Amino acid sequence: MEAGHKAICGGGKLSAPAGPARLAGLHIKIGALNELQYRANFWVQLLNSVIALGTGLVAIAVVYVHTDSLQGWAQPELLAVMGVHLIVGGFLRTFVNPNIWNLLSDVQEGTLDYTLTRPADSQLLVSVRQVSIWNVIDMILGLGVVGFAVSQMTASVGWSHAAAFAVAVTCGALTIYSIWLAAATMAFKTIRIDNLLQLLNGMYEAGRWPVGIYPFWLRSSLTVIIPLAFAITVPAEIISDRVNWWWMLTGVGVAALALTGSRLVWNWGVKNYSGASA
Amino acid sequence: MTRPRAEFSLPRYYLAGARIGFQREVQYRAAAFAMLMGFLIEPIVYLAVWTSVSEAQGGSIGGYTTGALAAYYIVWTLVRVFNLGFAPDAWEWRIRRGRMNDFLSQPLHPFHRDMSFFVGSKFVWVMLWIPVAGVLTLAFEPVIEWSLVNVLTFVVAIWGGFAVRFTMLYLMGMINFWTTRGAAMFGIVIAGELLLSGRLVPLQLMPEWVEGVAAWLPFKWTFQFPIEVFIGRLTVNEIFSGIGMQIAWTIGMGLVFLLVWRRAIRRYAAVGN
Repeated sequence: MEAGHKAICGGGKLSAPAGPARLAGLHIKIGALNELQYRANFWVQLLNSVIALGTGLVAIAVVYVHTDSLQGWAQPELLAVMGVHLIVGGFLRTFVNPNIWNLLSDVQEGTLDYTLTRPADSQLLVSVRQVSIWNVIDMILGLGVVGFAVSQMTASVGWSHAAAFAVAVTCGALTIYSIWLAAATMAFKTIRIDNLLQLLNGMYEAGRWPVGIYPFWLRSSLTVIIPLAFAITVPAEIISDRVNWWWMLTGVGVAALALTGSRLVWNWGVKNYSGASA
Repeated sequence: MTRPRAEFSLPRYYLAGARIGFQREVQYRAAAFAMLMGFLIEPIVYLAVWTSVSEAQGGSIGGYTTGALAAYYIVWTLVRVFNLGFAPDAWEWRIRRGRMNDFLSQPLHPFHRDMSFFVGSKFVWVMLWIPVAGVLTLAFEPVIEWSLVNVLTFVVAIWGGFAVRFTMLYLMGMINFWTTRGAAMFGIVIAGELLLSGRLVPLQLMPEWVEGVAAWLPFKWTFQFPIEVFIGRLTVNEIFSGIGMQIAWTIGMGLVFLLVWRRAIRRYAAVGN
């Protein structure tokens, strides 16, 4: 093929290998398109999300029937916490949980080798293989709840708060991804799939309320081990104008540390992985 | 010559099924413990919230002191691990993978197989729960009015709660024979359970009409009722009428299940061949 076949070789030249960002983008796009085929799932997910939101709102309403302030948090501020919990939780269910589930099943069934032998970054590949796109509904509902909460607040919330909020939520989501991946990597040899996810998701539920209301030992765990304090409470504090800005900077540092840590743990896990089928 | 073993009997089947359930959970004890820890977060969150509210109100709320709330949620953890049942959405997996064929080719109803398995695994869960309850007791200082009658009737009430919830979940699982979109329906029922069973909060802290409605639904009899029997908040009359409600709900839902089951297996077309 002297001149090269256009359809096969892209006009005579083989295209260069995709960079990490393009590779991730393509995988996410394919994953989303796969899910989008199942349109009825949208309505099922919407109904489920609305039910979960309704239950959460009732829980908050019942608390404020009995008190005006939960350890210094007024009702709109607590709504903001719930909104952030929904946003980060939606991210978790859309992008993280399906991939962690696949990773753990691959380990159990001995099919992780197919991913490890591909000529691209294995952590990237295992992190973007599946997207449960309809769970994005939770992220949208969460944004709506935060917007409503802000409209009910007496504090003046400006664009600087909104920008800082976006940074804090992004850092929070990255932190949660890192912790989940590191936990799954360390669980390569120790634990059954469903139970690990159950444990992590159980822990995540604790973020629905501000970590300050918990006893010292739980508060410390949720600040240091699974930093929901930075992923959820701090963004909610920012948007409620009750934040100590040092906490936000610490949150950025925690995200950087968690990402680096998960990378190290992943490399260690892959190096020591011997396959379940071998 | 050795005598052949006695013929099949249902109690013997249950004993064998329970042993299998027990052994399986013992093998995966670390996994069971991880799952237990996941379950524990939920009551600790509720306890922290309501303790904060109670302390802000001077140490008592809706007739519950802070110590009584601690007792409520610690017993809650036992009731929660005890009333685990076969998840309704797991039926979808059974149908999709063609596992139903396996069940239908056996003379015995799969209800007995699942029930006996869950009964056996309960003993492992309760053993794992004991040290956790010890730690929670030290951390939250519960106040319980002990009495022998309460402890003995609690043993009946917690099994009754399991029977109601197991039957309810089993009945819900039948939805999967008609639709693959059962998840939305399960979401509604689980939300109902959360709000109307005393799982989220003792029903006395909800508006009065909610408490009235809850008494006529099955949820309360699976959570709040056994808990209140244990911590000594019910009179003897209330305990016996509660056990009566548990029996009525189990039999009622069991009969509906039998009717639905017959139609369900007629609808079922095997997958996976």
